[in-house]
Amino acid sequence: MAIQVVKNRCTGCRACMKVCIFNAIDADGKKITINEQCTACGQCLVACPFDAIEKTDSGEAVDLSAYKHVWVFAEQREGKLMSVVLELIGEGYRLARDISDETKVYALLIGNGVEALANDCYEYGADGVYLIENELLKNYTTDGYSKVMTDAIRMYKPEIVLFGATHIGRDLAPRVAARLNTGLTADCTKLDVKVSRYIEYANDHTTLDTSSLDPNDPSTGLKQTRPAFGGNLMATIVCPRTRPQMSTVRPGVMQKKERVPGAAGEMIRVKHSLSKRDIRTEVVEIVKSAKEMVSLADAEIICSGGRGLGDAAGFKLIEQFAEKVGGVVGSSRAAVDAGWIDHSHQVGQTGTTVKPKIYFACGISGAIQHIAGMQGSDVIVAINKDPDAPIFEVADFGIVDDLYRVIPEIIAEWDNAGTLYDASLKG
Amino acid sequence: MTFKIIVCAKQVPDTNEIKIDPVTKTLIREGVPSILNPDDANALEEALRLKEQYADTHVTVITMGPPQAKDMLIECLAMGADEAVLASDRALGGSDTWATSNALSAVIEKLGGYDLIFAGRQAIDGDTAQVGPQIAEKLGIPQVTYVQECKIDHEMKNITVKRALEDGYEVVKIKTPCMLTAIKGLNKPRYMSVRGIYESVKSDIKTWGAKELGLDADREVGLDASPTNVYRSFTPLPKGKGTTIKAESEKETAQKLLVGLKTRHVI
Repeated sequence: MAIQVVKNRCTGCRACMKVCIFNAIDADGKKITINEQCTACGQCLVACPFDAIEKTDSGEAVDLSAYKHVWVFAEQREGKLMSVVLELIGEGYRLARDISDETKVYALLIGNGVEALANDCYEYGADGVYLIENELLKNYTTDGYSKVMTDAIRMYKPEIVLFGATHIGRDLAPRVAARLNTGLTADCTKLDVKVSRYIEYANDHTTLDTSSLDPNDPSTGLKQTRPAFGGNLMATIVCPRTRPQMSTVRPGVMQKKERVPGAAGEMIRVKHSLSKRDIRTEVVEIVKSAKEMVSLADAEIICSGGRGLGDAAGFKLIEQFAEKVGGVVGSSRAAVDAGWIDHSHQVGQTGTTVKPKIYFACGISGAIQHIAGMQGSDVIVAINKDPDAPIFEVADFGIVDDLYRVIPEIIAEWDNAGTLYDASLKG
Repeated sequence: MTFKIIVCAKQVPDTNEIKIDPVTKTLIREGVPSILNPDDANALEEALRLKEQYADTHVTVITMGPPQAKDMLIECLAMGADEAVLASDRALGGSDTWATSNALSAVIEKLGGYDLIFAGRQAIDGDTAQVGPQIAEKLGIPQVTYVQECKIDHEMKNITVKRALEDGYEVVKIKTPCMLTAIKGLNKPRYMSVRGIYESVKSDIKTWGAKELGLDADREVGLDASPTNVYRSFTPLPKGKGTTIKAESEKETAQKLLVGLKTRHVI
């Protein structure tokens, strides 16, 4: 694929140059030219008022029909399936049935003594499980897992392979994709195989002009949508010429299927050759504790306290809160200046700039310098007694109440979130 | 023997500075500064710390990008790197992570010999975290990603790292040569020194194209060789004003909030 300029339509207005994030457009006299920075993202097509920019397909067709079915990497840690696995089985099931009635979803289960987890996979929708067991696979290692997985993919040829975008999935998937010389798309938040479903999604949730897409298009290539540029741009990625099509998917995004107790499926035991020599790293120990270990900048959830806590003891509650939600404690400058907490916890322009999935601002009014350091968070929750606090201007969810009354309730209800959500869907 | 460290870096637009045009719904690129990718700064810092600890260590920073990526390499030299190489060529344009890792592996092989490779976990423009592991795969060396602590023994052979997990960390032993990818928690990157700035201006940055790297532009690098392509791109619907949660009791407020967080797929 490539971006081309239709020279006789280009007026040299340079509207395209303003929107090109890659600096891939040069002014060449009165026309523009595309340089090597181009990634064919298509932003310039939208911006051109004269239809002078086109996208061309270099489409050489390769027979990819030997590849069938959808696989999900059934990531387990210490004999427990990660919850993203069940979400991916649900999504894999939908994708498989959208491809054809004969297409199935399989879980690829790797570990040692983990066979019983196959039942969970069946109950949440897997048609079958490929099982690879070996004592060398007890703990995750890049070398061990990528070897047995690559060999299994070569042998059974799945069309699609999905991984949770966890610290393990994001370590394993690129290695496997590189060994298979196929494409991999990171951190997807939406997957579609049918063009009609993609159009439906795009019309409901995006600014994309779908008029150039044909809802009756019979192709079933995987359309992998993901955020880029810090969420400022969404891109849909395809992998047209190689198989399998591989994605890592952000945990929490896809929907589990309703559990069917006692559901059964096909078990395929995969033969493999793995020896100690294949594994070049040694896991010495695995230490569990979210607290203190993750830095603010890397944290996925941050619970921050401010002047509204009233005193230093207020951070006890914030610590309990962070511990419950697997988060890290942050603070506003006001709380640091008051001597309630160490500067290393400070979020903001003069502290750490953070970008977690959830930012809880508890008793923080929202000074400009604080907001500058946390506004990139995916979701901001503000809890403050003062309804006029500026923090509410940037909050996705605002709670005007006493934090000492609300936070204990959030802690108490935290583990029920799934049940509450399911109930809200039914109700 | 000299201990050779290679640091893979990328020049990226500062995504915190990107704004969306409210009318056209497209990204406004003008005025967005280019910076050294933050995780890569941690990767370089760790290499420089090893250099301070052990004499006879040589740090080379490599990148792929347009000619202006040299500015970032000069910054790396001013921080203390010994050498910098830029892979730049029209033929490399539009490379996805697979093709990018082909190009950077070719640079590393052309440099001839290395003991340790550092990369940032991921770049803030793409957020893929794929290029580091894919370079390691192509070079046939082991990797540890998400490194939050790194210790090397006196023989410069055995490395013990802490690898961050979502709910803690694991301690992993690995031998050189290997690839380690750095996260922000690993260290605090230094600033450029005055002397470094003065010296970096004089230094000669090598620029290699596809031909010099022995890369096949049709099959190994560039847009057409890349297994993934952009099908469509668009801006997300603008964020509306947030929801204010009101309920009879605090318990109900908490419940409504949790349902809201679930709906947004963040828990």
